[in-house]
Amino acid sequence: MTAGEMLIGFKTIVIKEVLRFGRIWLQTVVPPVITISLYFVIFGSLIGSQISDMDGFKYIDYIVPGLIMMAVITNSYANVVSSFYGSKFHHHIEEMLVSPLPNYLIVTGFMVGGIARGLLVGTAVTVVASLFTDLHFYNVPVIITIVILTSTLFALAGLINAVFAKSFDDISIVPTFVLTPLTYLGGVFYTINMLPEFWQKVSLINPVLYMVNGFRYGFLGVSDISILWSYTIIIGFIVALYSYAIYLLRTGYGIRR
Amino acid sequence: MANALTITDLQKTYRNGFRALKGVSLNVQEGDFFALLGPNGAGKSTTIGIVSSLITKTAGHVEIFGHDIDRDFSSAKRQIGLVPQEFNFNVFEPVEEILVNQAGYFGIERKTGFARAEKYLKQLGLWGKRRAQARELSGGMKRRLMIARALVHQPRLLILDEPTAGVDIEIRRSMWRFLRELNESGTTIILTTHYLEEAESLCRNIAIIDEGRLLESNSMKNLLSQLHMETFVLDLKQPLQDETPLLYDCVRVIDPTTLEADISRDRSINFLFEALSRSGIEVLSMRNKSNRLEQLFMSIVDESGEDGGAA
Repeated sequence: MTAGEMLIGFKTIVIKEVLRFGRIWLQTVVPPVITISLYFVIFGSLIGSQISDMDGFKYIDYIVPGLIMMAVITNSYANVVSSFYGSKFHHHIEEMLVSPLPNYLIVTGFMVGGIARGLLVGTAVTVVASLFTDLHFYNVPVIITIVILTSTLFALAGLINAVFAKSFDDISIVPTFVLTPLTYLGGVFYTINMLPEFWQKVSLINPVLYMVNGFRYGFLGVSDISILWSYTIIIGFIVALYSYAIYLLRTGYGIRR
Repeated sequence: MANALTITDLQKTYRNGFRALKGVSLNVQEGDFFALLGPNGAGKSTTIGIVSSLITKTAGHVEIFGHDIDRDFSSAKRQIGLVPQEFNFNVFEPVEEILVNQAGYFGIERKTGFARAEKYLKQLGLWGKRRAQARELSGGMKRRLMIARALVHQPRLLILDEPTAGVDIEIRRSMWRFLRELNESGTTIILTTHYLEEAESLCRNIAIIDEGRLLESNSMKNLLSQLHMETFVLDLKQPLQDETPLLYDCVRVIDPTTLEADISRDRSINFLFEALSRSGIEVLSMRNKSNRLEQLFMSIVDESGEDGGAA
């Protein structure tokens, strides 16, 4: 395939993915916005008003970046895991497999679809957050790069989950038992400085901590982690997951007999 | 003429140890209308799956118009259009979008994709359904949608895995017409089917595989000439009287108005009519008892089964 043809193939997957979640926006975009709005109401306005400042910021301002990031993580993951598994389950992944599209373009196409949904929901949640508090934007380039890199990472993780999944149950196990605990324990609602030293160290093995704190740095200029470490960890995971996803497609695991 | 498809010593052993293909070698010439036949589980779909890269082979080589599917997969895949046995499109997508997306995966611009979608949907009688979701289509329409999708990148080799399964006779015949025209316009077609009448009517060359082995690969004409005997059913104008002499051992009475006659292929059939006329029997109509290819297919597969059993 020429570079132009590959670009057309890539654009086709991305358009298809965006149209897919766009068609069912009531299931894909609205629910996370409502859920996160409830977090703002309960933890931000109601309970948050009773909590003292954190790292020099009102509690609602402190949790805004983490809540946006939580929506981005869950949605970029959910988009790819459900779309890729659905196309595997209904066999329409074969439409791509019989085509001359190289594996890396298939992976990248699904990945960008996940990023698109993550960013759309993230933007919607940010708009909702602005209704509850005045948003701070300390470093916009950091906000943009961290959110894109994080959604990339979780879109890839969703794809790998979908490749291994053998039933619809398998695509909800990881979000329920891995993703949600990691996100909740990743410093969305608190600074790890509040934890005993041992648990502070344990928290450092949670990759979500680096994303939430990197994102918080972009908004507020405060973070439990060095911003350089945030980028290093996120990019390291992206490289590892991207390579693994391509390896899985090349071997045909779970998709070719 | 060049080969559209060259398969050499193709082998496939699934993870559970089942050997689906045990060294199949096969050539299909450019422009051919080729039938790949075999009983269920013979290895037809595995062969097609490997050629279209949906199944990974264990050993062997496959070339499509001279392009090796391992070394030059992009050029090889470009040449193939696949109509699989099972529906494999997103049932929630509109019909037209399914075709345009498929064109896109082959690097074809959306504008061209829409133009080709229009062409093939019109040819296959689906244009009126272009905005419908695929799940709203009938079974026959879904089959035609898969043919349209397989053609949207204008492949030189079209592979159809039981394209008319579950399709009513009227639609089946219209699909035959369409495929004949497509073949006449230069597209090489490989067809698997359980309707042997379909294979006999459409295909010029044929391969029969069973238990992962190639049993026969020949022209339809040569293969059918191997039939030594044909059985005809004769419908009579008047019921037979008990004392009516039938004159020949090859004629059997099925009921008072129906006879069956086994006729050697190297003998003229006139003798039978002369004999029946002499006996005062009038024949209203005559037909083959079973499809000729079906007879031959059964004898080849049965023979192979007996050989395999002895081995």
